[in-house]
Amino acid sequence: MTKSLTAATPEIMSSKLKILVPVKRVIDFAIKPRINKAQTGVETKGVKFSMNPFCDIALEESLRIKEANKGLVEKIHAVSIGPTKAQDILRTALAKGVDTTTLVDVGEEEVEPLQVAKILKKVVEKEDSNIVILGKQAIDDDANQTGQMLAGLLNWPQATNASKVEFSGDDVIITREVDGGADTLKAKLPVVITTDLRLNEPRYASLPNIMKAKKKPLEKLKPADLGIELAKKLETLKVEEPPVREPGVVVASVDELVSKLKEFKAI
Amino acid sequence: MLGAARRSALNIGVRVGARRTLKSVTSGIFSTKITRSNGGDRVRLYSSKVVPLTAETYADKVKWNPEFKKLDDEDIKYFTSVLNNANDIITDEQDLLFYNEDWMRKYKGQSQLVLKPRTTEQVLEIILYCNKNKLAVVPQGGNTGLVGGSVPVFDEIVLSLANMNKIRSFDDVSGILKCDAGLILENADNFLAENGYIFPLDLGAKGSCFVGGVVATNAGGLRLLRYGSLHGSVLGLEAVLPDGTIYNSMHSLRKDNTGYDLKQLLIGSEGTLGVITGVSILCPSRPQAVNVAFLAVSSYEAVQKVFVGARKELLEILSAFEFMDDKSQILTARHLGLEHPIESGQYPFYILIETSGSNKDHDDEKLETFLGNMMEEGLVDDGIIAQDETQLKSLWTWREAISEASTIGGGVYKYDVSIPLADLYSLVEDTSARLKEAGMVDIDDDSKPVVEAIGYGHVGDGNLHLNVSVREYSKAIEEVLEPFVYEWIQNKKGSISAEHGLGFQKKNYIGYSKSDVEIEMIKDIKNHYDPNGIMNPYKYV
Ligand SMILES: Cc1cc2nc3c(=O)[nH]c(=O)nc-3n(C[C@H](O)[C@H](O)[C@H](O)COP(=O)(O)OP(=O)(O)OC[C@H]3O[C@@H](n4cnc5c(N)ncnc54)[C@H](O)[C@@H]3O)c2cc1C
Repeated sequence: MTKSLTAATPEIMSSKLKILVPVKRVIDFAIKPRINKAQTGVETKGVKFSMNPFCDIALEESLRIKEANKGLVEKIHAVSIGPTKAQDILRTALAKGVDTTTLVDVGEEEVEPLQVAKILKKVVEKEDSNIVILGKQAIDDDANQTGQMLAGLLNWPQATNASKVEFSGDDVIITREVDGGADTLKAKLPVVITTDLRLNEPRYASLPNIMKAKKKPLEKLKPADLGIELAKKLETLKVEEPPVREPGVVVASVDELVSKLKEFKAI
Repeated sequence: MLGAARRSALNIGVRVGARRTLKSVTSGIFSTKITRSNGGDRVRLYSSKVVPLTAETYADKVKWNPEFKKLDDEDIKYFTSVLNNANDIITDEQDLLFYNEDWMRKYKGQSQLVLKPRTTEQVLEIILYCNKNKLAVVPQGGNTGLVGGSVPVFDEIVLSLANMNKIRSFDDVSGILKCDAGLILENADNFLAENGYIFPLDLGAKGSCFVGGVVATNAGGLRLLRYGSLHGSVLGLEAVLPDGTIYNSMHSLRKDNTGYDLKQLLIGSEGTLGVITGVSILCPSRPQAVNVAFLAVSSYEAVQKVFVGARKELLEILSAFEFMDDKSQILTARHLGLEHPIESGQYPFYILIETSGSNKDHDDEKLETFLGNMMEEGLVDDGIIAQDETQLKSLWTWREAISEASTIGGGVYKYDVSIPLADLYSLVEDTSARLKEAGMVDIDDDSKPVVEAIGYGHVGDGNLHLNVSVREYSKAIEEVLEPFVYEWIQNKKGSISAEHGLGFQKKNYIGYSKSDVEIEMIKDIKNHYDPNGIMNPYKYV
C-alpha cells in the first residue's frame, strides 16, 4: 500500500536536509526500575541513565542518511529536554557525529508530551529544521505521543514507527512495519519521522570522537528562552509494581507434568 | 509507567550475549552454534562429531585401576534407597552423555551412573558407601572445567551437585553469603545484585558453573585484579570427606587464627579430597558506576604500557584489564556473526578496561582523562567507551565469547599459563611459528588440522590463555604442542596452570611447575584424606 502525504500548508522545498534529532535521557534500558518509597514515581537515585534506545536509533538514522547521501544533509542538530545531566547524552550524540546540540534545561521537572512537542516546535523554528527524526516512544513513560503531537503543531506530515527511510529525488520514502506486512509512505519535506526498533543498530562512540566532543560547545536554554511556560495537565496519584508472578516449577517427567496440570486444574 | 517497552519490544534489540549461548552449548545443543555463526562456514563446524573416549585416546597414558570395584545392581539399589527420588539417579545412556562429556568435547568418560543428591546427609551416605566398596567418584559442578577434571576417565560414578542449589543465608551488613555448592554462579550474583552486593568472581561460564565448582578449581576469572583470589574471599566451607567426616567451617569469621586454615586445602582441590557441599563467601558492595572501554593498540609493548598507566591513573576504580590478540577477535567475529565494534581497521592487540566505582561523574572523568592521555602518547590507536548498559555488555562479549569461539573449528587445546608479563605473548608467537613449521595451521583451509593459535587473557594477573583452535583432536597436533609449551613455560619459571587447574590434562605435567618436595607433600595429603583413592582418580597428581 502506498499513499502520499502532503503538508496542509505548502512549504518551500529545500534540497538540503536540516535534521533535528530530539534525544531523551532515561533510566538505562538494562536496569530494572524500582518504585520510590513514596510511590510517586521511579527511584532515580544511584541509578544509571542513558540515551533512550529509540532516540539512539533516530540519531543513528540521521547519521546514516548523512553518510549515505553525500551533500544531502546540511546539518544534524540534537536537542534534549531534561535536567542539566542530559548534557551527557548530548555529548554522546556529538561524539557519534551530530553537528550541534541544544539542552533545554527543565531541571528535575517531568515534562508532559504536549509540552515537549511545544518546545520542540520552537527548536524546529529556531534551527530552521525541515525534518525531525525522533524515537517512537521513550521507555520511561511509554507515551508514544510526542512525534505525532509535534507533527500536528507544525502541521507537517508524519510517518510513525519507521523501519526504513529512503530518499528519492524530492521524496522521502518511509516503510513502516504493520501487522502482517509493510506500509510504504511517500512524503515531501518537511516531515516528522518516528523510529521503530528494527530501523538500525546504533553505533559505538569512538574514543577519538568522544575526546573531540568534549571540546565542542553546548547550547543551553531554559524553556522561558523559547517562550514556553511549563504547566502540568496531569497529576500522578500513585505508582505501583505489577503483581509478582508465582514462580514456576520444574517437572522431571511427562507424568509429573500431567499430574501438576491436573492439580492446578489446567486440564 | 514502568515502561513496558523495556521488557517487551526492546528484547529484540538486545545483542548476543556470551552467556546465553554458553548454556545452550553446555546442554549439548550444538545446532544453536551453527545457526549463529554465519561467516563461520570457513571454519567448519563438527557439530555431529563424536567425542572420542578418553580411555581410548589416552590408552598409553592411563589404565583402569583394578583396585576399584565395578558398579553392580546391588550398588544401584543402595543408592536408590539413599536418594529415593527416581529423578535424582541417571542411568539412561543418552542422559549420561551430558555428564560424561566435557565442555570442550575433548574428553569423554563411560560412567553408567549419575547421582544427584539434595542434602549433605545424602552426599555423606553416598561417599561412605563408595569408600567402603571402593567405588570411584567424580564430583561434578556445572561441568565447565577446562582440563578434563569434571568428567570420568573410565566408569567412575558422577556425583552432581546440581540439586543442591539453595541460598542458605545472606547477611546484608557483613556481605557474607552462605549457599549450597550447586548454586549456579550467575544465580548467586543475581541474588546478590538484588541486595546491592556482587559475587567477588566473574567468568565467561557464569551461567553454567557452580559456586562449589569455582571453589573446587580456585577459579580466577575476570575481576581477580579487583577482588583477589578465592583463597581470600572464601570464609568457610562445608565438605564431605571419604571417611565420612563432615568438615564444617561455615560459621565464617573474617579473622580466625586458630590452627591450620584447613579450607585452603579444599580450595583448588579439584574434587580429589572430598565433596564441597556448602560455601560461605565474603561479597563486596556492588559498584554503582561501571564503565567499559575497548581499545586498539599496535603492539604487545603498548599493552603493557597501557596497563602500567591504567594501574597508576585509574588506581582504585580499575576492576578488569583484559587483552586479546587480533586472531582471537577474528574467530570471535566469525562465531558471533558480527562486525567487530572497532571499525577503523584491524589492530594487532585489543584491550578491555573496566572501571567500577561509586560515583559515575568521578569515574567518567578519570577514565576519559586517562584514555585521552594514552591516545596523545600514541599508545592507543582507537577505542570505544560504552555509552549504555547494552553496549557495555556487548563489549564484554568480545572478550567473554573468545573461549567459545576458539572451539568453532571442532575443538581446542587450551593452555592457561602464568608467566612474567614481559614474556607473556612470546609464547603465542613461538607456538604459532612451531605450528606453521609443521605445516599444520590455516585459518581458512579445512585440510589443515589447526585453525589458529590465539592469545588472550587476564594481563592484569600475568595470566595468558593460549588456545590452539583445531578442526580435530589428534596425537600429531598434541605432539607438536606438548611438552613444548610446558617446557617453554618452565624455562620462564612460569606456571603451567594459572587458574584452570590440573585435572586430567595436566596430571603428568605438574613437575614443570612444582618441586619434588611439593609434589610429595601434595601426595601425602591426598593419601591421608583419601587412602583408597576413590576421589576423582587418574587426575591431579
Ligand atoms: C567459557 C568459559 C570461561 C572460563 N573462564 C574462566 C576464567 O576466566 N577463569 C577461570 O579460572 N576459569 C575459567 N573457566 C574454567 C573454570 O574452571 C570453570 O568455569 C569453573 O571454575 C568450574 O566450575 P564448574 O561448576 O563447572 O565445575 P566442574 O567443571 O563441574 O568441575 C571442575 C572440577 O572441580 C571439581 N568439583 C566441582 N564441584 C565440586 C564440589 N562441589 N566438590 C568437590 N569438587 C568439585 C570437579 O571434580 C572438577 O575436578 C572457564 C570455563 C569456560 C567454559
